[in-house]
Amino acid sequence: MGQIVLENVTKSFGDTQVIPPLNLTIEDGEFAVFVGPSGCGKSTLLRIIAGLEDTTSGKVVIDGEDMTEISPSKRGLAMVFQTYALYPHMTVRKNIAFPMRMAGMSEDEQNKKIEAAAKSLNLTDYLDRKPGQLSGGQRQRVAIGRAIVRDPSAFLFDEPLSNLDAALRVGMRLEISEMHERLQTTMIYVTHDQIEAMTMANKIVVLRAGNIEQVGSPLDLYREPQNLFVAGFIGSPKMNFITGEEASKHGCHTMGVRPEHIEVSSSTGPWVGKVGVSEHLGSDTFFHIHDTGLADVLTVRAGGEVGFRAGDTVHLTPRDDVIHKFDAQGLRT
Amino acid sequence: MAIVAHSSKSGRVTRATFAWIVGLLFFFPIFWMILTSFKTDADAVKPEFLFFFTPTLDNYANMTENYDYWRFAKNSVITAVFATVFTLFVGIPCAYAMAFNPSRHTKDVLMWMLSTKMLPAAGVLYPMTFLTKNVLGIFDTHFLVILVLSLINLPIVVWMLFTYFKEIPKEIIEAGKMDGVDTWGEIKEILIPLAWGGIASTALLCFIFCWNEAYWTVRLTTTEAATLSKLIEGNRAPEGLFFGRLSAVSAAAVGPIIVLGWFCQKQLVQGLTFGAVK
Repeated sequence: MGQIVLENVTKSFGDTQVIPPLNLTIEDGEFAVFVGPSGCGKSTLLRIIAGLEDTTSGKVVIDGEDMTEISPSKRGLAMVFQTYALYPHMTVRKNIAFPMRMAGMSEDEQNKKIEAAAKSLNLTDYLDRKPGQLSGGQRQRVAIGRAIVRDPSAFLFDEPLSNLDAALRVGMRLEISEMHERLQTTMIYVTHDQIEAMTMANKIVVLRAGNIEQVGSPLDLYREPQNLFVAGFIGSPKMNFITGEEASKHGCHTMGVRPEHIEVSSSTGPWVGKVGVSEHLGSDTFFHIHDTGLADVLTVRAGGEVGFRAGDTVHLTPRDDVIHKFDAQGLRT
Repeated sequence: MAIVAHSSKSGRVTRATFAWIVGLLFFFPIFWMILTSFKTDADAVKPEFLFFFTPTLDNYANMTENYDYWRFAKNSVITAVFATVFTLFVGIPCAYAMAFNPSRHTKDVLMWMLSTKMLPAAGVLYPMTFLTKNVLGIFDTHFLVILVLSLINLPIVVWMLFTYFKEIPKEIIEAGKMDGVDTWGEIKEILIPLAWGGIASTALLCFIFCWNEAYWTVRLTTTEAATLSKLIEGNRAPEGLFFGRLSAVSAAAVGPIIVLGWFCQKQLVQGLTFGAVK
């Protein structure tokens, strides 16, 4: 079990309110990702759930039990930190054993769990090393191992991959997703990286300045962002926003078109512009189009083989069925 | 950077010479004291026996036979050890609380603690003597000496420990909280092992301060709890200038601490410069 409910939770540091009243339910077994720009309160929210930060008001309910005043260790949650937070004076084995030793588990049982965790995380050969002798990826695995052996009702991840290099990050992302498939335990994952959010989550919670902007599945957020912030935050490259006459023609204040929903051609299309910078990814090419009269720059995603040069005049055709429309307040219409 | 790293040979020689001069300046009184301790009281004041004299162990024999050196030494060990242990016992949780659960007033509290060191000891001499002698009846007891040594060293110990603890990432303590340790467990299982080097050098420094303390140990003891400082003070020759004897007593008093400091100098240097560069 691992249902987590936040009821009217607020948090202030001195006079600054970082989280205005907030309500959120994370169901048992869900993989929820808190995503938002830095300073949006996502880590604070996670720490409130963990019990490392007190709420100013409101309740944290875990599995139907009010845990607001309960100490972190008694909430049955495990946390993986961005900086790994391993105990540098203990070997990997002792690091993983630590929560079990604190819980008074028998040594046999501890060893059994350590072996199992080490095997699943490819750490068997490193059990007798100290954290200082491990690479970043291995350290993060140890931190995950230390979390797994506790059999927590939920895992909390605080930007666990931010300190890893790009290639490792993709690998670890997959490992964590597979771990979730296997364990089916609730996971709450904080990141500022929308790609991590999209690839891992069942449920994404988009936060800005402590407010929940939208909650939904990755595809819900991609297909139907409820406001301009979510529309701009989810999806890469960022959605193009067009205001003015063209938007009015479509009956809205701001229209949003994703780069992948614009077709680019040398001859036909209602919008005309000049190619600026092109980014070639091999599989795709991102063109930055200037002088369209619609927005400063429009980003267009085309196939890898499409080759326009800087300065070429191109014609653009947006796909009418996937245009997002927003009113003057920035809300979806 | 390149200029600093690639200093000229003459620059290095100048610096080394300067360091030697300063070092010798500090060492000279100790050297002089040890030298004098092997002279007779009569020779000690004669310029012609400055460096060339017939060495004698009389002063040391006299000290152990007639002045009960070992009793004073025992008192010094007892009071310094217990005061250090007690100071750490109070100082570690105190510094821990301030380092990991700081409040808006933590800085003020630290400053206030340090400010107690600014009070001239002479200012409280009378109340201290009156209270301990006439009211509490603990004058000239180990308890009193340990208490006083602990209290005067507590601010500096808390400051040092606080600096060390600040270097430990907060997340490690938080990971401990998540892993199910209570406050005492955090201190015992995580904090102390991680800050061991810092705690050791703090303890060492505290021990040295306790050992060398003279103002209070001389004034708040007579015989029972008197430490080596008192022994030196007692040989300060009201009857005349017994430099040989005084030097022997002084050498025997500072000897143990110099030896201890010599063996622990790496720890000490690390302790004193820790956090200076980061």
